[in-house]
Amino acid sequence: MHELLMRYAPACGEDVIRQLVQLAEPLRGKRVVHVNSTRAGGGVAEILEKLVPLMRSLGIDAQWEVITGSGDFFQCTKRMHNALQGEQTPIPRALLETYGRTNQENAGRLQAQLEDADLVFIHDPQPAGLLRHCQGRRGKWIWRCHIDLGHPQRQVWNFLRAEVVLHDASIFSLADFAQALPHPMVLIPPSIDPLSDKNCELDPAEIDAVRARFGLDAQRPLMAQVSRFDRFKDPLGVIRAFRLAKDFIPGLQLVLAGGGATDDPEAAAVLGEVELAADGDPDIHILALPADAHRTINALQRAADFVLQKSLREGFGLTVAEAMWKGKPVIGGDTGGIRLQVVNHHTGFLVNSPEGAALRVRYLHHHRDKLQQMGQRARQIVRENFLITRHLREYLTLMVSLLRGQDGQDIRLS
Amino acid sequence: MAIGIPAGPFVLKDCALLSVATGQRAQNLRELRECLVTVHPQAIYNHFWGGLLRPHFDDPEYNNDFASWANRGLHDKRLAERLGILDPANFDSIEELRRELLEVLDERLDESTFVPWARTDEQFHFVRSQMVVFDTGLQFATAGELAGALPTVSVGSIFYHVVAARWRPPVHQDDFRIWLERFGPEHEALVHALAELDPYFHSLSELRAQMVSLFDRWLVRRAPCTSC
Repeated sequence: MHELLMRYAPACGEDVIRQLVQLAEPLRGKRVVHVNSTRAGGGVAEILEKLVPLMRSLGIDAQWEVITGSGDFFQCTKRMHNALQGEQTPIPRALLETYGRTNQENAGRLQAQLEDADLVFIHDPQPAGLLRHCQGRRGKWIWRCHIDLGHPQRQVWNFLRAEVVLHDASIFSLADFAQALPHPMVLIPPSIDPLSDKNCELDPAEIDAVRARFGLDAQRPLMAQVSRFDRFKDPLGVIRAFRLAKDFIPGLQLVLAGGGATDDPEAAAVLGEVELAADGDPDIHILALPADAHRTINALQRAADFVLQKSLREGFGLTVAEAMWKGKPVIGGDTGGIRLQVVNHHTGFLVNSPEGAALRVRYLHHHRDKLQQMGQRARQIVRENFLITRHLREYLTLMVSLLRGQDGQDIRLS
Repeated sequence: MAIGIPAGPFVLKDCALLSVATGQRAQNLRELRECLVTVHPQAIYNHFWGGLLRPHFDDPEYNNDFASWANRGLHDKRLAERLGILDPANFDSIEELRRELLEVLDERLDESTFVPWARTDEQFHFVRSQMVVFDTGLQFATAGELAGALPTVSVGSIFYHVVAARWRPPVHQDDFRIWLERFGPEHEALVHALAELDPYFHSLSELRAQMVSLFDRWLVRRAPCTSC
């Protein structure tokens, strides 16, 4: 049964696997349902893709359900997402009504399964309205917030808060992202999967093939940002940084690669803005990749000399940990979870402007030894702290803690 | 103390910590002090010891979160040093440690001509820990058996038996030493060597490696002893 889990032993150690098996013992047979709004694309789907099978391999009856909705529903949740991260985006009442109605419809479809579950994890704002329609629930419900709620637009947060407070606990990636709630607020940073197509080791020939496919010159330096086409990721700032750095590094190439997600209706508009800013520059490669292009993204991150994540706002920014796992220091925006992951001059650089990013690209270009050292440090830190096995352990600990009660005291299983 | 009492097997436990935000946060030194008066004792415990099991990206300059924040958030090096030197192992209880923390903060506030502030996005967040303890199913009858398993024991077990144990009665003792003392004088050297370990300045995997080395050296010195 633990075959899947044992595949992680070379990356994280057998002691870690044994610990997971022991910790999961009281959860064997428990019915757990995860609910989010997209099966593919974005960090949440990627985590669930792995977390759910791993829970099953520990004997937990884990399921993953996806809510469905109209274009209006996803317009609403995208605006909600932006507003919760601080953007002053108004949401018309009609859209908020669509949000409530869509959650009610989905609750109708999933009701039996959700009410019967021992534990339900609701991921992000999209399905947060399900609980009020599941009056017969017998298990504990946990709202998992993957975004930065540190400075939300108050009106939208108050709307969502009315749904969130009905849950038994919330999970935030960082303490800075949490809002005061009348239930336990657990802190669990996300993680990466070292065995996934996006993070596994690749043969150099495969990396070369990806370079060839996109017309990238292996003999010339490459900077890359892998992110959804989203204004908070500041793709235009990356292009500006590229142009500033290219004045000093004439051979420099840029890749802006992003996968699509079915719950992001703004991506196409942002992609258009990025193409306009690139203005046909043959050294700027804008790659709108399919949501499952994980190996391609893996190869691009490995091919890059300089990895950027120049976000203006960021929940956690898993692409940072992904690049670090590949031994790359990261030039990241001084915001959100990037600040936690990138330690200035140690595992990368934090920057506040395109100028700052360009300066650090130039620095790393001229200090290849530093680039190597920082990259090795970065990989080790991810190995010890940010692999999915640690993430799974914290979910298991929370599940045990909620099912056993005794909030605030040590819980002894035996 | 326990010499003469027959030693039963060492029952190896493991633990996992959950970090739970308390909702209390401080923007400046005075707010930190005010929060410290009322904050859950497990939050103080967590900000001294939790870093050993909590995921982190850096190699912190200071060993507790209060000192780190004084340095990084308030840019008050002097306060960071005074807080950094506090070793929780020297206190009999969390409440005693809380009193000492308040003493250090009061002293610094008295010295200051203005209250040091952090940037809005550099607040100190009080986070408590929730520990879940579980069985590993492993038991060891002798120090030799324990030594054989030690390299593969999880860091959670090391935390539970070495770090967390110091706050359980009898305080300041780890579980390994308490157990080994029961074997009598021939284990004394190992007990003394383990007492020298300082969990406050090492990661749990470093601590485990040091313990493995101490057990191995002790076993080599007492060879050929067939009972181990």
